[in-house]
Amino acid sequence: MPTRTEAPRRPPPAMAGRLARLLPSRSRGNLADQLFGILLKAFGLLLPALFVFIVLRIGREAWLAVGTFGWGFLLSSDWNPVLEEFGALPFVFGTIVSSFLALGLAVPLSVGVAIFLTELAPRWLAPPIAYATELLAAIPSVVYGLWAIFVMVPFLRSAVQEPLSERFGDAVPLFEGPAYGFSMLSGAVILSIMIIPFISAVAREVLDAVPRAQREAALALGATRWEMTWQVALPYALPGIIGGAILGLGRALGETMAITMVIGNGPEISASLFAPGYTMASVLANEFTEATGEIYLSALMEIALILFGITIVVNILAQLLVWRVGRRGE
Amino acid sequence: MQDPRPAGAAGEVIQLEARDFSFWYGTTQALEGVNLAVPKRKVTALIGPSGCGKSTFLRSVNRMNDLIPNVRHEGDLVLDGESVYRPEQDVVLLRRRVGMVFQKSNPFPKSIFDNVAYGPRVNRLVNGRAALEALVEESLRRAALWDEVRDQLGENALGLSGGQQQRLCIARALAVSPEVLLMDEPASALDPIATQKIEELIHELKSEYTIVIVTPNMQQAARVSDRTAFFYLGRLVEVGNTEEIFTAPREEQTEAYITGRFG
Repeated sequence: MPTRTEAPRRPPPAMAGRLARLLPSRSRGNLADQLFGILLKAFGLLLPALFVFIVLRIGREAWLAVGTFGWGFLLSSDWNPVLEEFGALPFVFGTIVSSFLALGLAVPLSVGVAIFLTELAPRWLAPPIAYATELLAAIPSVVYGLWAIFVMVPFLRSAVQEPLSERFGDAVPLFEGPAYGFSMLSGAVILSIMIIPFISAVAREVLDAVPRAQREAALALGATRWEMTWQVALPYALPGIIGGAILGLGRALGETMAITMVIGNGPEISASLFAPGYTMASVLANEFTEATGEIYLSALMEIALILFGITIVVNILAQLLVWRVGRRGE
Repeated sequence: MQDPRPAGAAGEVIQLEARDFSFWYGTTQALEGVNLAVPKRKVTALIGPSGCGKSTFLRSVNRMNDLIPNVRHEGDLVLDGESVYRPEQDVVLLRRRVGMVFQKSNPFPKSIFDNVAYGPRVNRLVNGRAALEALVEESLRRAALWDEVRDQLGENALGLSGGQQQRLCIARALAVSPEVLLMDEPASALDPIATQKIEELIHELKSEYTIVIVTPNMQQAARVSDRTAFFYLGRLVEVGNTEEIFTAPREEQTEAYITGRFG
């Protein structure tokens, strides 16, 4: 039998089912056990029921908008509540672009931190740095937002946006336009800072879990530490790192407070990183209180439904990707 | 402690020599004043009960122990006349010259070809695909695995049997043309038939490589080695030609161990 170095497998579902049926039958007749079983079953069913309920409810509220605008809702970029024109494209664009930009910024940094902590850092230094990194996750979103408004945005404006738009603004669409500060770039940067703790924590753990035998095999063949890390440890840890990145992406897609405070909240689709953007979560947070009129509310509900759908699709794709990459090693 | 006997017969070249070598993990001493000469192109077996320091000795030769924090050593290990611990020693080069096969086979989760090609690639030993393919084939042949895997070089190495995986690891080590091959209980996880294949392989390899093998199995030491060194509690108790050690040991402890009275 081939020896495999991988995480222990969960029992196949069929077996788990058999076990579950077996356990209550052994304690039948004991009232407390039966009640306890019913209670647990109720807990178990509660969450899927809640999920279904939320989807149905949002769907019902959104139905008016779905019926009124059809697919045009997804393709239109007009958002004018006064004229009752509603198109979700700028928000979909803003959410996806800001999240993937954030992912692009956060993944290299997080993996770098994780490699430093697992491969290079002296033993006394690694735990405090790891702890401090993870502590970033404990900062409330609104605090990030405030910090971003008063520190990060002015810094990005003067150190990044102004020089880039002055020098390359005319030639490169990405850097076009005036440097407001409140922009897609600021939104992506704050998102990336917020998801780094998650991605780096996962990356650190999967790198730590690379078997010593794998590292030693590479080193014993004359690999340098660097080559060992890049060619052996990282590929081995890759499925886990992708999983961590997806976790971060999920958070970025749904993040509301901090990005609402810095992205500029302009429902436009611009190629420029320095132009304001708007995300689905932000428009929901900003406009719910003033959503008078049935169709306005329904349009917001449909945006919520789309956000929900995108998050689920991303998670499913991510799961498939993790499987694929994980299976490559078998 | 008695001085170990001088290394073997006249004309033998000493490839590796431990000179009063001691080793500590933190405050725990694992090796104590070991003097051992390993002759070139012979098989030297290290035997002794677990915890006696034989693996520590092995892992000191290619400085694998450097990876463990808080270790230190005294004395010296000399490979081809030069200390492996001298400051200007490039550990990466040392490990190319001193191959290692581990207790549990540890192929990379890559194809069979890529496993064997890893060392040559990382050390930039050959130029071009054809040369690399030739080297991979030669290494697999030397490890007596070629005939079994020639049609599945692109398949994942983890699909091989345990014995095949271990021979793959040997092929992988041979692909960088080491002078010394360290084997840390290479057959301890294998069934008798796979073990026999590994032992036959060791016999063939010794015409070209200096082999140091740690084995928990005394019969195995008797079968494969030319010289045997008995370690006990971090000391080298006795070293000599394998036949002598197993038929007429000089030390009482050695005799007690090989006759199975302890360990």
